Parts: sequence; C-alpha cells; structure tokens
Amino acid sequence: MAESHAATVEGSGPSTTALAHHFEDMEQQREAGTLGMWVFLITEIMFFGGMFLAYTLYRSKYPDEFARGSRELSILLGGINTVVLIGSSLTMAMAVHSAQTGNRKKLIGFLAVTLLLGLTFLGIKAVEYTEKFEHHHFPGVNFKLGEHSETASQVAQKPDGAAAQPQAQKPVLDSKRVQLFFWIYFAMTGMHALHMIIGAGALSFLIYYSRKGRYTPEYYAPVELTGLYWHFVDIVWIFLFPLLYLLGLHE
Amino acid sequence: MISTAPKPSEVIVPPQRHYLNAGYGVKSWLLTTDHKRIGLLYLASITLFFFLGGAFATIIRLELATPAGDLVSSENYNKFFTMHGVVMIFFFLIPSVPAVLGNFLIPLMIGAKDVAFPRLNLLSWYVYNIGAIITLYAIIAGGVDTGWTFYAPLSTTYSNTNVMATGVGIFITGFSSILTGLNFIVTIHTLRAPGLTWLKMPLFLWAHYATSLIQVLGTPVIAITILLLAFERAVHVGIFDPALGGDPVLFQHLFWFYSHPAVYIMILPSMGIVSEIVATFVRKNIFGYKFIAFSSIAIAVFGFLVWGHHMFVSSQSVYAGMVFSFLSMAVAIPSAVKVFNWTATLYKSSVSYQTPMLYAFGFIGLFTIGGLTGLFLAALGFDVHVHDTYFVVAHFHYIMVGGAIMGYLGGLHYWWPKISGRMYPEGWAKLGVLTIFVGFNLTFFPQFLLGYMGMPRRYHAYSEEFQVLNVMSSAGASILAVGYLLPMIYLIWSMRYGPVASANPWPSTGLEWRTSSPPPPENFEKTPVVTWHAYEFKPRDQAEIVGEF
Amino acid sequence: MSEHIVPIKIYLSIWLTLMVLTGVTIWVAYYDLKQFSVIVALSIAVFKALLVVLYFMHVRYSSRLTKVIIAAGVFWLIILIALTFSDYWTRNWQAAF
Repeated sequence: MAESHAATVEGSGPSTTALAHHFEDMEQQREAGTLGMWVFLITEIMFFGGMFLAYTLYRSKYPDEFARGSRELSILLGGINTVVLIGSSLTMAMAVHSAQTGNRKKLIGFLAVTLLLGLTFLGIKAVEYTEKFEHHHFPGVNFKLGEHSETASQVAQKPDGAAAQPQAQKPVLDSKRVQLFFWIYFAMTGMHALHMIIGAGALSFLIYYSRKGRYTPEYYAPVELTGLYWHFVDIVWIFLFPLLYLLGLHE
Repeated sequence: MISTAPKPSEVIVPPQRHYLNAGYGVKSWLLTTDHKRIGLLYLASITLFFFLGGAFATIIRLELATPAGDLVSSENYNKFFTMHGVVMIFFFLIPSVPAVLGNFLIPLMIGAKDVAFPRLNLLSWYVYNIGAIITLYAIIAGGVDTGWTFYAPLSTTYSNTNVMATGVGIFITGFSSILTGLNFIVTIHTLRAPGLTWLKMPLFLWAHYATSLIQVLGTPVIAITILLLAFERAVHVGIFDPALGGDPVLFQHLFWFYSHPAVYIMILPSMGIVSEIVATFVRKNIFGYKFIAFSSIAIAVFGFLVWGHHMFVSSQSVYAGMVFSFLSMAVAIPSAVKVFNWTATLYKSSVSYQTPMLYAFGFIGLFTIGGLTGLFLAALGFDVHVHDTYFVVAHFHYIMVGGAIMGYLGGLHYWWPKISGRMYPEGWAKLGVLTIFVGFNLTFFPQFLLGYMGMPRRYHAYSEEFQVLNVMSSAGASILAVGYLLPMIYLIWSMRYGPVASANPWPSTGLEWRTSSPPPPENFEKTPVVTWHAYEFKPRDQAEIVGEF
Repeated sequence: MSEHIVPIKIYLSIWLTLMVLTGVTIWVAYYDLKQFSVIVALSIAVFKALLVVLYFMHVRYSSRLTKVIIAAGVFWLIILIALTFSDYWTRNWQAAF
C-alpha cells in the first residue's frame, strides 16, 4: 500500500523508465508484480489440482492397473529428469541472486544454464513419449500392453499366489483402466511440459533483455517472477515423479 | 419527464478534459489501457451477448406458450436452452458487474490511477472476445445441445453438435475472468490511497475482492475440466466416459466445484452495488458494516463447500449428500446477514425513491425469495422431489435475474452520471424498473408452481394442465423484454441529450464522487488522502459531504 | 525495504538436500511398504516442495500476505479433493439405522 504521497510520480531518477505511470514508486510496483505472480500460481495449483484429483480417484479405484501402467515408465529417465529439473531450479535461484547483486555476466550465464537444463528435460521427455508411442502405450484403439516387457506376467501374480499361468491371469487387469493411467500420465506430464515450454520462452526473453542490460538491482522483477514460475513448475514435477513413476513398484 | 437536473441556480459545467474526450478514433479505444474505457468496451460486448441470450429465451418462452412442441423441434429446443444458458452465464452474468462496473469503479474507489496491470486488463477484454467469437461460431455452425452443464458422456461421446467449439470458447473466456480477478486482488491490496484502510473501504470493494477470490480459485478447475473433456471428445481417450473405464460423476464434481461458486461470482458484485445504493439513498451509515464486509468473504469461502447439492440424484453417496446439504444451509447465514443489515439500514430512515434505490429494493426482495427457495433445494429430501423441475429454474432465475441483473442495472443507473457525465431520464427509468419487476415476477413466479406440480425442465412439450401457468410465464417474459429494452434505449439517448451531471449528483461519500463526471484519464488531479469512513453521511439538511482531501 | 538476498550457501545446501531426497524417494520405492509407500512418497515430495517454496521462492523471507495466499491455494486444493472423496469413500457404506 502506498504510504507516501504522490510527489514522486513524475519525478526523475534512475529507475523512472521502468516505473509504470500508475504506480507511486518502484517498491509498490514490485509488490504488485510479486503478488500478481503468486495469485497466478494459485490458479496453477487449482489447474493441476483437477488432474491430481482425477489421478487420486482412479488410482484408489484401480490400484493394480495403475501399478501395472506405472511399471512401464522408465525410472531411469524420470529420475534423470528430476535431477535436471532440480538443478535448473538451483541455477534459476542463482540467476535471481545475480540480478539482485547486479552481476550481469553471471545473470546471463545462469539464465542460459537454466534454459539449457529446461531444454534437456524436454528432450528427455520427448524420448520417453516416443518410446511410449512406439510401444503402443498411448491410450486409444492401438493401445497394447505387455509384449515387450518382462514384467507383464508378474502383474497378475500375487506374491503369495500359486504359480498360475501368467497368460491365463492376464485378463484380470482391465486394459481400459490401464489406459486411464496412461491418459492421466500423458495429460499431466503433457501439461507440465507445456508449462516448461512457456518457461523456456520466458527465459529466452530474459536472456535477450539481460544482454541489453535492462535488469539492475533496482529493477529485476521479470527475472524474479520468471523464477517463481520456474520453481512452481519444478514443484509440480516433484509430485508427478513419485506419483507416476515410483508408486507402482509394489502393489 | 421527471429528472434529477440541478437547481436552476447552479449551472453545472462539464469538465474540459475527461477520459471520454481524451482521444477519439478506433485506436484510442481498442488499444486503451484506461480501466474506464476497458469497462465500456466490456459493456458493449456483454450487452450484445445479453440480448443474444435474451433472444434464445424468447424462443424458449414462445415454444412453451402451447403444450405441444409445435414451434421448434425437440433437437432445436435442446440447442436453444443450452445456448441460452451458455451465453447468459459465461458471456453475460460472470463478466457483467466485475468487468464493467468493477473495472470502471475499483481504481476510482480506492483513489488509484488505474488497476495494477492495465495491459493485462485490456488483454482480458480481447481474450473474452476471442472466446466469444468462437462460441458465436459454434452457435452459427449449428449450436450445441448438451445443456450448459456439458455432462459426460453426452458431451464427450454422444452429442453430434458443436460441443468442441463451445468448450474451447468457454475455456478461453475463462482466462479473461481469471485475469480480471487477479487484477482486482492485486489492485485492492497494493493501490489503495493513503488512509484508505481495509475497514474504510466501500462494501463494493469487499464484494469484488470476494468475487475475485472465487474467480481465481475456481476458474482454473473448469478450465482443466473443459480441456480434459475436449480431448476426450477429440481422440476418444479419456477419463469421464464409463465406456472408457471412466467415471461421469467425476465430471460433475469438477464441473460444480467451479460452477456453484460461479453463482457467487454473479451475485456477490450485485450485493456490493446494493450496499452502496442503500447507504446513499437513505443517507445513513450502513448498519453492520463489518458484518456485510466479512459476509462477502464468508460467502466466497462457503460457496466452495456446497457443490454436491447439485448432485443429490447423480449416484453421489447419500452421506456426502447429507454433508453437502448441511453445508449449503450454512451459506444462507452470510447471505441472510446481508439482507438483515440492509433492512436494518432502511429501518426508520427516510428513503429517496430514485431509480437505483428501486432496483436495490427489487434486488433485496427477489434475492430473498431466490435465496430461501435455494434452502428448500438444499434440503436433500425436497430436492429429490423437485430435482430438474421448473422449481429449480425459477429458483436460480430469482437469484441471477432478480438478483444479479437487478443489481447490475441498479449499479449502471447509479454510476451512469459518473460513466457518461449525463443524467438518465428519471421518469423513463422508473417506468423501466417497474416494468422489469412486474415482468420478472410474472415470468418466474408461475415457474415455482409449475415445478412444484412436477413439470420437468428442458422439455419442449408438456401436459396440458400446465398451460395456464406457462402462458402467464410467457406473457411476463414479453413484459420483461420490454423492460430490458427501455434502459438500453434511454441510456444511449441520455449520453447525448441527458442533463449534464455534477461530480456528485446523489450526493454520496465515495471517492469516485470526488472527481469530475466523467473523470479525467488519470482519475484524480492529486492522490487523495482518505480520512473518512466509507458511509459517513452528514444529516440530510447539510448538503456537503464529509472529508476533504 | 528491498528483497532479501539469500546467501549462495543456503541455495547450495537446499539443492543438495533436494538431490538426497530424490535419491531417498527412489530408493525407498524399491521396498514394499504396502499402503505406507504412498505416505512416504508424498511426505518426501511435500518436504521437497516446502524447501523449494521457502528458500528458492523466498517465501521464508516474504510478507505474511504471500504466505496466506499460498496457504489458501493449498487449502482450496484440499477442499476439492477432500469433498470429492467424501462422496467416493462413503458410496458403499451401509445404513446403520
């Protein structure tokens, strides 16, 4: 809230170019920007929340099928992606730090590394998606499960069950429900990847403008706000990774 | 013609420079970031959709004048009531008060130069229009017939109409609602003038703050729901259709998680308007300011806890039904707090019966009927009896038309001098509000009876014993249509020919009345310092207003 | 009042903790903990998210308003999930009276 009077509105100073006409001072503008970003992130929580609800519901309804689907995902690739994304969060935080301390070279460097890690994540995701399509794991009429995977037969076997014919027990799993898992997997990771792509775009802008020297310790709100967004996308993945990749190992 | 023109002694000189003459030409409007102009842009867009939705309603009422389905086929009737709902809810009621009056007034009321993010504000109008155009395309291309609720699996699998385009249109328009809500929350938090503490704020601002919370927290859920629905329809892969292993009730949960609170998006801003109007026209501090303020927030929060009362007969668990039924009763408390406080403000006061006040009276009465019948419907046992009958239709029209639109029109009249710099013709306006009130009640009261007698909604033919009440309803609808056309005509007329309005014609205490009518582009010549409470009125015989800045 | 500058050391130790926790959550997934596997996985994820929010996103040093907004977001997500499950969990209850 503006505590001061309007004396500074038309005033001159090093930061006036970055100050929009309807704010009293830089502090108010920064506060509004940060608040706006946080409110936006709340909408993002609810947006992903709808899908988390669907996940929770169907996982509790069809635990076996979800475990089955989950085992088709590569923990190795997912794990690498988790490491990549957490690393990019660190470099993003460092970029904000560099902007705060006015180190332009480091700012550009950290932004570039963040962008690179983000693109790495997307690249690995693309490899995973390709694999899923090749294995007919995308839900739909061509959906198939199992031929290429050794774990297929283990599914139907209860740990204490008799060594029944794996083939005979297969129909116990409803293919439609496994498809539901894959649909939720694609919807959630796809929406996450879309957010990554938008984040990568924002980072490219930041790099372009930091090279032009737009950001100073007085005005670095875009860096800070993009940082908040990037960390949020990281947090979504922090939940997606265990829920989609890990929880199916034992059911 | 009666008018509130100033006494002959004081000649009102309109301001030399104001936001309307700050620039001419298409570009000065389409690229404006001035919140006042954006409010007017929204006014134009939503008025168009209001009359489009009204046209669909006309067809519905014409069809229902006779028991036989003789005007339109049942398939087309499905489309008409669906498009009536879609257009009225997503393209008129939800943006109506916040996007027009909220946009125009919030910065003025808090003494700011603009909203926190003016460019996002303009973007929201464009986003609204893109969504609106896509939906218009869907309508012209043949319409959509799923009901505005888009229940799966009808919408995902079986309907052969333009579900996809309509869904995309609503999805996009949702973002304009989010942007508006986000903007208002940040604006109210960060841009209040020095001295304007939360408890000095006009109740209009509290109502809009609560509305914005719902927009921000609820709209993303409908967005992802529509997105999942659209994918399911497009590639026949998804999570709602039981044929795909999904659960259609999940769709209803997700849909109503937004769409029930959305009712409060429509009604809360109008409640804010009524608080302003009541205080101004009885010239009294509003009774129970804090209660009204916090009841807005309470409605916003409780509104998210009750959605299951739309699903009592959907195979939802009866135990959940009991919880939702109980919580729905709880929403009545903050709503009743408002009604009681308004009436307590009116108690032993002398009221000026000018048009905005008449709209406020209409609101209070009709909202109370709508709210109380809402309690009937929240009661599990009764709802099973009248579910999907005209009782429900009558109930929510009492809230949305009798409540939300009454408040919207009241606000439009109340702030019209500020918006246009001209007074509306009081005589015509009084005729308008009377026509609307009579027409409204004649249209919708018979529907309570019809519903109670068992006439189901969404059918184009009905048993003959229902005809008398249906004819009454249709007759009322034509009166209502005239009532809505009147303000559109005389408000446009008054922009050019109405008497020039003073800065504070009522007079009232709000900051928006302490700048010229129409306001200058930057709203205030100097930043105001607020030292008075929102409704600090001097006695009637003292003309001046409390507090100078 | 300008933004609090977090020392680099804190960033690095948070990053290290996040990496360790990622390792832990993968490692623990290979053990069959029955229904507790969900609880363990989610607890670790929530803890990781908290670290990111508090330190990388500076919420520990932010105004109370920011904290309230985040709490509201999480609270509303809980409303969405909890009330929906109030339906699904009680579908098969038998009437006790």
